[in-house]
Amino acid sequence: MKSTLALTAAAALTVGTAPAAQAEDLTLCWAAWDPANALVELSKDFEAQSGHDMGFEFVPWPNFADRMLNELNSGGQLCDLMIGDSQWIGGAAESGHYVKLNDFFAQEGIDMADFIPATVTGYSEWPKGTPNYWALPAFGDVVGWTYRKDWFERPELQAEFQEKHGRALDAPNTLEELKDIAEFFQGREIDGTTVYGAAIYTERGSEGITMGVTNALYNYGFEYDNPDNPYDLDGYINSAGAVAGLEFYKALYDCCTPPGSSNWYMGENIDAYKSGQVALQMNFAFIWPGVEADPNVGGGKSGYFPNPAGPGGHFAQLGGQGISVVAYSEKQDAALEYIKWFAQPEVQQKWWESGGYSALNAVVEDPGFASSQPYAQTFLDSMAIVKDFWAEPAYADLLLSMQDHVHNYVIAGSGTAQEALDALVEDWTIIFEDEGKL
Amino acid sequence: MVKSTITRAAHATPEPVAARVRGLSDRAIAWIFVAPTLFLLLAVNIFPLIWTIRLSFTNYRVNRPNRDIEWIGLRNYERILTDADVWQTMQATAHFLIWTIVLQVLIGFALAWLINSKFRSSNFWTTVIVLPMMLSPAVVGNFWTFLYQPQIGLFNHAVAFFTGVDPASFSMIGDVHLAPWAIVIADTWMWTPFVMLICLAGLRSIPASIYEAAECDRASKWRQFWTITVPMVLPFLMLAVLFRGIENFKMFDLVVQLTGGGPGNTTTLTSIDLKREAFERWRTGYASAYAVILFVTVFGLASIYVKALNKVKER
Amino acid sequence: MSYSVTDPSPLSRWIAGVTVVLYAMITLLPLLWIIATGFKSPEDSIAYPPKVIFEPSLEGYVNLFTTRTRISEEEQATPPPAETWYERIAREQGQSIAGPSRYGERFVNSVIIGFGSTFLCMVLGTAAAYAFSRFRVPLRDDLMFFILSTRMMPPIAVAIPIFLMFRQLGLNDTHLGMILLYTAVNLSLSVWLLKGFIDEIPVEYEEAALIDGYTRFQAFTKVVLPQAATGIASTAIFCLIFAWNEYAFAVLLTSGTAQTAPPFIPTIIGVGGKDWPAVAAGATIFLVPVMVFTILLRKHLLRGITFGAVRK
Repeated sequence: MKSTLALTAAAALTVGTAPAAQAEDLTLCWAAWDPANALVELSKDFEAQSGHDMGFEFVPWPNFADRMLNELNSGGQLCDLMIGDSQWIGGAAESGHYVKLNDFFAQEGIDMADFIPATVTGYSEWPKGTPNYWALPAFGDVVGWTYRKDWFERPELQAEFQEKHGRALDAPNTLEELKDIAEFFQGREIDGTTVYGAAIYTERGSEGITMGVTNALYNYGFEYDNPDNPYDLDGYINSAGAVAGLEFYKALYDCCTPPGSSNWYMGENIDAYKSGQVALQMNFAFIWPGVEADPNVGGGKSGYFPNPAGPGGHFAQLGGQGISVVAYSEKQDAALEYIKWFAQPEVQQKWWESGGYSALNAVVEDPGFASSQPYAQTFLDSMAIVKDFWAEPAYADLLLSMQDHVHNYVIAGSGTAQEALDALVEDWTIIFEDEGKL
Repeated sequence: MVKSTITRAAHATPEPVAARVRGLSDRAIAWIFVAPTLFLLLAVNIFPLIWTIRLSFTNYRVNRPNRDIEWIGLRNYERILTDADVWQTMQATAHFLIWTIVLQVLIGFALAWLINSKFRSSNFWTTVIVLPMMLSPAVVGNFWTFLYQPQIGLFNHAVAFFTGVDPASFSMIGDVHLAPWAIVIADTWMWTPFVMLICLAGLRSIPASIYEAAECDRASKWRQFWTITVPMVLPFLMLAVLFRGIENFKMFDLVVQLTGGGPGNTTTLTSIDLKREAFERWRTGYASAYAVILFVTVFGLASIYVKALNKVKER
Repeated sequence: MSYSVTDPSPLSRWIAGVTVVLYAMITLLPLLWIIATGFKSPEDSIAYPPKVIFEPSLEGYVNLFTTRTRISEEEQATPPPAETWYERIAREQGQSIAGPSRYGERFVNSVIIGFGSTFLCMVLGTAAAYAFSRFRVPLRDDLMFFILSTRMMPPIAVAIPIFLMFRQLGLNDTHLGMILLYTAVNLSLSVWLLKGFIDEIPVEYEEAALIDGYTRFQAFTKVVLPQAATGIASTAIFCLIFAWNEYAFAVLLTSGTAQTAPPFIPTIIGVGGKDWPAVAAGATIFLVPVMVFTILLRKHLLRGITFGAVRK
């Protein structure tokens, strides 16, 4: 019933401004994952109201960047709308792949102040911190943790943990506490099977281990550069805190992860968690609706907590994407119509209800929001502490170096944390020199 | 060059026969028969190759359309050939290439030899054995990661069953020492049937009369195997090795799905490295030079190999 | 076939048989496991420890062929009766079927592109192989090596130029473009294998035909082609297998209209994670046509490779 109401309200809004010259076939490009299904559903309302037809092109995550960036770099017209990864924004803005949306926002009364600040910075702005918008925040996402509440609540485990660590077995407040819990579960027999501590990101091929290790690095004092002198890396990336953070991540991998979890990212972590292999799971928030709906671990058996603090601060790795209009599209007007429709509070509300993480303040600040889902409060808390990887045009170069050095140290066990980060400083410095930023 | 070749080819047909032939001349037939193939290969393979060679002397990057393209001579080549990481990927590729070929030749030949004894229902089992190579490499890579999972996969449990070690005590794709073998095993599983089929073709091309003659000379089975079977199958076997060698030098999708090149860089084959340069870093010029180096390497190795193959065939 | 001195003894045959069957069983395990996964429920597919015995479910197949929407809570309270068995399966997951998925189209694309390129490859390859085999070309070895060398370039390396060239020619995301591309990639293999087969056909047959008044072209179609049929069939199997399963070019060059199944299958996603049963079902169904093709041509394949023995 609620959705019908929202739909009518939305319809009324569109009729008010009635654009729609002719019906177009629009193509929206995104990654092939759970939220994409929800967006297809949601877009049916847009089709009904505008008369445009929506087509979708979803590419699996490992190929998403290659496929779509190749499309953009060659001026392709496959996609009219692109929900591109947050790190692409610098390159897409500087090469003119995306349409700049400032005028459109002003004209339609869409105000970026209405969106969660971190998502505006993360998904829309280039250069960062300036009011130049290239996307509308579409899907808020952040790394957080899922845990087996039903295991945590078992009295015998509670008692044992209490005795060992002098505190209750509960969602951890610090990374050290998290490691204690993971160690506590590692190799334990639960209901006849051996379970393990935590599933963490370790993937080599795309961006996995970077998106995981940063959650430790940030909280131990890693900084991307000198806050007073941009691109000054030495002593920030390889600071003593950063080294401790990297060592922590390796220790966590060595002590408390399932054997063979050497190349895991979102999908593998979900599978390990759902099949009852692990007590804790690191993953992006997009999985939480799926966890709640799962017959084995859903329906109250799982709890959620934001990435715990460390000695150097309290941050979480930002994920998520903004929606942009592709500059090579010949149907930009219709594409803008879609963004206008998508930005409406009613649609954003429905987006949240169907499993999409709205970044609109009106939705997340609604008094009923925090209690609307078991993970809603965790999402809010996490979004308040986000930090993102580089969004430079050279982000891929930067990312590949980091994947290489971090995986080499954490998984393959070669060298020391200090050596890995020193090598990273060296690589990144060369990249920024090539870019003319140093 | 092509034309003159074909002209000469047509002339090569014995005169008396050619004189009597009606309809299209031999020359025309030869031309018509070869031209479409050569044309298609020129368009789809050689044209991009020339393009790639051109780009390899520039600093072009597809993702920076606004930047000026500069000719930088041989700098890309210099950088690649002096990069220690590139040599490491070459080593990983060599390990993969050598062991897949050794294993596939040994197992493939042994299977073909056993099947050739024509036991009952051997045709049926041949078809069964051939099945793995019909799967998509991308799918195979995906499912083998699953098989190699110590907890939920088949592989560790099977090894545990036969050797008694704890299935959770080792990880095929997580261990620096085991990962290079994990990719060898998966590829061998998939492609041994190819080598087997070609060996079988070779075995069945040996006329029974040769063995009968050897039998009359009271040559031992062992001697027959080394003096008849092996030399007669060798050209076929070498052809199979040639194709497997070329394919595995380019190996990409199966390994990328399995290990992503990890742990660290232990299974980063050159194609994976090349893909990162071309489609992730978007250093088009650099990647083109890399591709040219790879191409020249395979081309060189293969041309030596084919010369040897032709010698073996002529024997 | 009559017994001869060179035939292996019954005992060694038996040993050979057992060894081969054992190998086949081991090699089949991963494959059987994929097929079994297609019949598991999503929970069972990732069960820990792995389930060997499970309650079969068609969920994977239903999910593969349909798109579904989640049923709202109100609807779940008063569900309209499920009309078909597949609707019922979707209902059990709290979903209702919204329409067919794109798997069907992708599959048809694969059939058109796979078989189309195999056919074209056989036509061009046989012709070229015949020319190379019969006309004693002075530079034949060099030309043959040139053809082989087209296979040596990693697809990744030529992907960008091909992508741009196809866009210029309007071949991007078309069936024709993919057919031409796969044909080109496969020609090296088919020319090399077919030349071997045609070399084995005695030249005297054609010469006799030519003396009987056939044109060269007739001699080719009426004498050589039937003789080479077995070789063509086995080569066709190899070409089809490649074109059918190719991934790297397909993911880059195809999207809405001409996308083949291999890049599509991994994109099948369920609620919160990968839908392994649907992926396995997709892979299983995708295996069927090549398998059938191989079994149909099996006689040719096996006779094809015994060809040499026939000649003496």
